[in-house]
Order: sequence, then C-alpha cells, then structure tokens
Amino acid sequence: MVKELSINVIWDMLKTIPDPEIPSISIVDLGIVRDVQFNDDMLEVMITPTYSGCPAISVMKDEIIQKLESYGISNFQIKTNLSPPWTTDWMSDEVKAKLKNAGIAPPSNKVVCPQCDSLDVRVISNFGSTACKALCKCNDCEEPFHHFKKF
Amino acid sequence: MGSQSLFNYVLSLGDDALISAQRLSEWAYKAPYLEEDIALSNISLDLFGRANLFLEYAASLKKEVITADDLAFKRSEREFTNCLINEQPNGNFAATMVRQFFLDAYNKLFLEQLINSNDKQLSAIAQKSIKETNYHIRHSSNWMLRLGDGTDVSHAKTQSAINDLWTFTSELFEMTENEEEMVKKKIGVDCRELKSNWDEIINDIFKEATLGRPQDEHMKTGGRQGIHTEHLGHMLSDMQYLQRAHPDAKW
Repeated sequence: MVKELSINVIWDMLKTIPDPEIPSISIVDLGIVRDVQFNDDMLEVMITPTYSGCPAISVMKDEIIQKLESYGISNFQIKTNLSPPWTTDWMSDEVKAKLKNAGIAPPSNKVVCPQCDSLDVRVISNFGSTACKALCKCNDCEEPFHHFKKF
Repeated sequence: MGSQSLFNYVLSLGDDALISAQRLSEWAYKAPYLEEDIALSNISLDLFGRANLFLEYAASLKKEVITADDLAFKRSEREFTNCLINEQPNGNFAATMVRQFFLDAYNKLFLEQLINSNDKQLSAIAQKSIKETNYHIRHSSNWMLRLGDGTDVSHAKTQSAINDLWTFTSELFEMTENEEEMVKKKIGVDCRELKSNWDEIINDIFKEATLGRPQDEHMKTGGRQGIHTEHLGHMLSDMQYLQRAHPDAKW
C-alpha cells in the first residue's frame, strides 16, 4: 500500500517539516534527511544529526513519524547514519537565502550582516543559543545577529 | 571474548565523554557571564552527545538487551573506566579551562587517529566528533591565553590549576592490555604516539600565555581500572540519583 506513493511525494512531505530551532527552513533544507528509499514494502528514511548533542534530533524524529503516520504510512523505519558527517556545505543557495531572510547570517568563512550586508562584524560568542549558531554583532548597523557556523 | 574487549574499549571512550560532560554541565547558570554560560553548556552538550553515541554502540555489542542509559545510570564507581582528569572538580573558572584545554588537545589528537579505525562505527563517531572538538579547543586555548597572559590574579590561578591538574595528564597516554589488543586489531588508537604532539600543543600555548610547565612528579593513574579519585562517587550520586531511586523512570 505504501508503494503507491512515490519517493518524490515522500520527499515533498518531509519538506513541510520545519526545523524545530529555525522554523524558516525545513529538515530537508538543513540536510538532516539524507535518503528516502523503499526496501521491499518498507519505507526507509535515513537521517543524520547536525551536532552530536543536538537536542532537536529527537523532536525531528517524532515529527517525521507523525507526518508519515498522518498520511497513513505505518510500514517505515527511521535510520540514523553518522557517516559522512553532516556539513553546512550541503546547504543550497536557496536555503542560505531563506536563513538570511530570517535574520540569520548563512554559513560562510566571511560573516556578513544579514540586516545591512556589512562585512564589519564582530563575534560576541562562538556558541550561540544553539550549538550550530554563533552570536555576532554588526559594527555598522549595530544589530546583534546569529551566524549559522560553517561546520 | 573479541566482542567483550571491543565493548570495554568503547565503554571507556563513552565514560570519558560522559564524565567530562556531566562535570562541565555543573557550570550551567553559574558561569562568569551569559555568553560563557552558553558556551560551556554547548560544549557539555556536544560531549553528552558523543557519550551517547559511544554508549549506544557499546550497548549494541552486548548479547543481552541493554541501553546507553543503563550503562550511564546503573553502573557504580568501580565500573566506570574514564581517565581521572575527566572527573576532577571544576574549581574556579581557570581550573575548568585548564582541564578542558588539556582534554581538548588530547581529544583532538585521539579522534584524528580514531577516524582511521577499522571499526566503521568508531570511525564514524570520530569523524563526527572531531569537528566539534575543533571548536572546543579554540575556545579553551583562547581562554588559556587570556587568563595566563591576563592579570596577576588570573595568571596565578591558571598556573596553580596547571600545577594541580598536571598529575593527571600522563594517564591519558598510558595503554591497558585491552587497548593494546585494540591497536593490534587496528581498531584502537596507540595513545603513546600522541604524547609528543600533545606536548607541542601544550608547550606552545604555555609559552604564549607566559605559563610554566610543571615537572612530571607523582603522576596518578587508575581510572581505566576503575580506581578513581574521591570525586567520581559524589558526581555519580548526583547524576544517577533519579534512576537509582525510581528505576526506569521516563520523562
């Protein structure tokens, strides 16, 4: 019964699950979902954690379960894969633009203020409100902001 | 037998991360200022995550059904095999930073080698963890410079912490019989080979931070055999209280 749904439909379904910490992007955008495939009748969803201690990963798992069940899918398995380790290099330009719109400087070597595009910024703390973000401040517009660390 | 020695090896790596994480988490809400509080909590969380990866893997190697939580909460002091430096009390902020700096430098070198392990899961955990440790060591070495080359008071406190903690550093480079076996099987890391690079990292920072390196005297060991300092028992009584009082309680 599950197989009637195509893989693309499953991906589209997962794309509607927002990241619990940064709701402006989805867990697919973030690169948490690595692969979706059918193994006979069993749907397998491969995920990888961002940071090993990220508390959001269990929330994400629950949300994937809820989403699949809400579409009547019951024969599925969520597998965690650590290798290759998650990296911000998997983020597309489109996703980076979404982050910038949400006021978060996207991952890059040179941090750019998401408000005024100034390069004159300083790092206040390498560890922000979540492990994946650093806290910065713009010296031009004086707005504090988060930088999604290149990782 | 083979899988028992792998279990013991993975367990000791999990214990190092878990005890270090628990110790560091004691700073939450008490750090010198907000950003530092968040930094220490984040680093602690990374280490808890790492402990969970190692302990979940260790649990999966057992025939009987056990979980990472069983290993964390239902073993007593003598069954923990972490190196002693991980359990040392936080002391003042400088003492915590010195301990973390020693450990970060060690973890960086250790994980870089563990990536080459023949054991796929250990290699995967190392690949994941090294990225986090690179952030940790940046944090602790910056603090070593600020504190060592800071005021007279910060310098004195940092030097005093170095003198106190030095005695626990050589244990990191000792090898148990089990670890030797893991090296032979190309699963584990030969810690003795990390020593000269560790010395280099430590000496460079000490020099820049105007800090002195103590002599190797009365060096302590025993953690890998489950012989701990008096501090671990107190930590466990706090960490394990809930699961001991209400076994298998869930949130």
